[in-house]
Amino acid sequence: MATILEAAGLRKRYGSVQAVDGVSLPIEEGTCLGILGPNGAGKTTTIEMMEGILAPDEGTVTFRGEPIGREFRRKVGIQFQTTALPEFITVRETLKLFSSFYPSPRPFDEVVDLCSLSDILDRDNRKLSGGQRQRMLLALAIAPRPEVVFLDEPTTGLDPQARRNFWDLIRGIRAERTTVVLTTHYMDEAQTLCDEVAIMDRGRVLERGNPARLLARHFRGALVRIPRGCVEGDGIPGKLVADHLEIQSENLDRTMRELLAAGVNLEGLSIHKPDLEDLFIELTGSSLRN
Amino acid sequence: MKQFWTMVYARTMEFVRDRGTFFWNLLFPVLLVFGFSFAFSGEGQPLFKVGVLDSSPAALEGPASFLSIEQGRFIVYGPEESRTAVLDRLRRHELDMVLDPADRSYYLNVQGRTASLLRRLAAADPVLRGYLERTVSGAPIRYVDWLVPGVIGMNIMFSCLFGVGFVLVRYRKNGVLKRLKATPVSAAAFVTAQAVSRFLIVILTSVVVFAGTNAFLRFRMEGSWAALLAIASLGIVSMEALGLVFAARLRSEELVNGLMNLATLPMLALSGVFFSLEGSPEILKTVSRALPLTHAIGAARAVMLEGAGLGRIAPDLLFLGLFSAAALALASALFRWE
Repeated sequence: MATILEAAGLRKRYGSVQAVDGVSLPIEEGTCLGILGPNGAGKTTTIEMMEGILAPDEGTVTFRGEPIGREFRRKVGIQFQTTALPEFITVRETLKLFSSFYPSPRPFDEVVDLCSLSDILDRDNRKLSGGQRQRMLLALAIAPRPEVVFLDEPTTGLDPQARRNFWDLIRGIRAERTTVVLTTHYMDEAQTLCDEVAIMDRGRVLERGNPARLLARHFRGALVRIPRGCVEGDGIPGKLVADHLEIQSENLDRTMRELLAAGVNLEGLSIHKPDLEDLFIELTGSSLRN
Repeated sequence: MKQFWTMVYARTMEFVRDRGTFFWNLLFPVLLVFGFSFAFSGEGQPLFKVGVLDSSPAALEGPASFLSIEQGRFIVYGPEESRTAVLDRLRRHELDMVLDPADRSYYLNVQGRTASLLRRLAAADPVLRGYLERTVSGAPIRYVDWLVPGVIGMNIMFSCLFGVGFVLVRYRKNGVLKRLKATPVSAAAFVTAQAVSRFLIVILTSVVVFAGTNAFLRFRMEGSWAALLAIASLGIVSMEALGLVFAARLRSEELVNGLMNLATLPMLALSGVFFSLEGSPEILKTVSRALPLTHAIGAARAVMLEGAGLGRIAPDLLFLGLFSAAALALASALFRWE
């Protein structure tokens, strides 16, 4: 598959903080890349440099092999993390306004349909709920019929139902082979939407690849967790993570027998399928949500 | 082009639907005009003003007793003031009498409120009794006739500075500009759309305010409507340009608010909105001449009260044009989306 967008060696410094420290990300056409990381990892700075909104201190961003410029603006759709919409204007008017900026925008009805906006078309931008607002911002991002859509934490602050609905919208856009780049700090979001994830911390990409393959590479089998208080003595293979002992187990049967034989109280035991959050902890030694 | 008019439409709707701001923009100047018209509709001051044409000290000794009447104010003009200019003031009721001791004559405006009083005073004076009486005529200018260009000019100033400048800073602060930066729209197209929208709003409210108050107060209108429209248009453009300079890169609404007050207060005080600067110190007049509002209001008064044609107001229009061009150039050099 062809590389549609490529970031190479991006660096950005704010005062004494090196927000992004050498990020390189090639993105294949038609895929969905999720940039994962805790707050302050440099996700937004990275995505804004890729959007062409922020000039990198070092490094380049190329679109189909060409440095991004004015032409690129016509071909991308962007949803910022925080955006104010013009006040006193309705959803319909805002959508028409933004569509008018582009040479061959998606037909109005199609956008309304894709983003389920038909009920709120005549509502003032100021009177939208969180979920409606995100749908509206997504509509603005896809109205240009873009080749690449950037979504910066699109579901932050939404309730679980609204998040799930939003995921469906993104799947709808993906079905049209639009390339999607999104940032998130929700593991489930990345796991369910993305073909590829890039895990960031302190301005660097720690690991990138297909979520399932990444997990397979770093974890074997399931994770067995036992509260610290239940474990006495040594001889149990595993490592301490926060307040519990964590054991990677390829054969749960055997692990259970070993634990019982060692006289471990299994009262607080839990078995857990490794996910991206575990991978993040594995990579950084700290929890993602902190 | 469609893109451009969609932007103009969106911005205009944003303003019109903000009912509070919209009606205040219309109501405030109307209230001011009616308020002042009411406040100054009474008999006014009991004083009469007499202009004395250039005279030698010896010639002034003749009417000495008349010149010492306490209820009068006497202004002795130097050689730089032409007889025609002084008599024009009499016609416009800025003076009640003009005395020419060298010629042993005096002038009265037959439509003057104090003409008969002054005629009797002259008849009673041992010296003026022997002077020749000449008359001019001209309808009186009420304060409200003089005030209305000032109030509309002031409304244009506030509406343009805050409507263009303040809104742009708010857009920058809350991220609307950043969102637009991510689209193919150019800064020039976006800013022009804002300015055109505001231009249409302001020219329309100015016409409505003028027509609305004129229906009741019947302002004096000696000149051409086209000239007045030209002044209003250039006045609006110059104020918008000034607003854009302030809004070019600031992010703080508080700061831009302060700066705009810094710009509007001197204009409010020194551009002759509510009172004339005639007779004030030269330094104030010099400052006043550097302010765009002075030229807009001055030219509008010349057209409305004195029937000035395009030729006479050309210097004012030129000043407004150059001021706008300079401010726009500065604003576009300073402009930042974020």
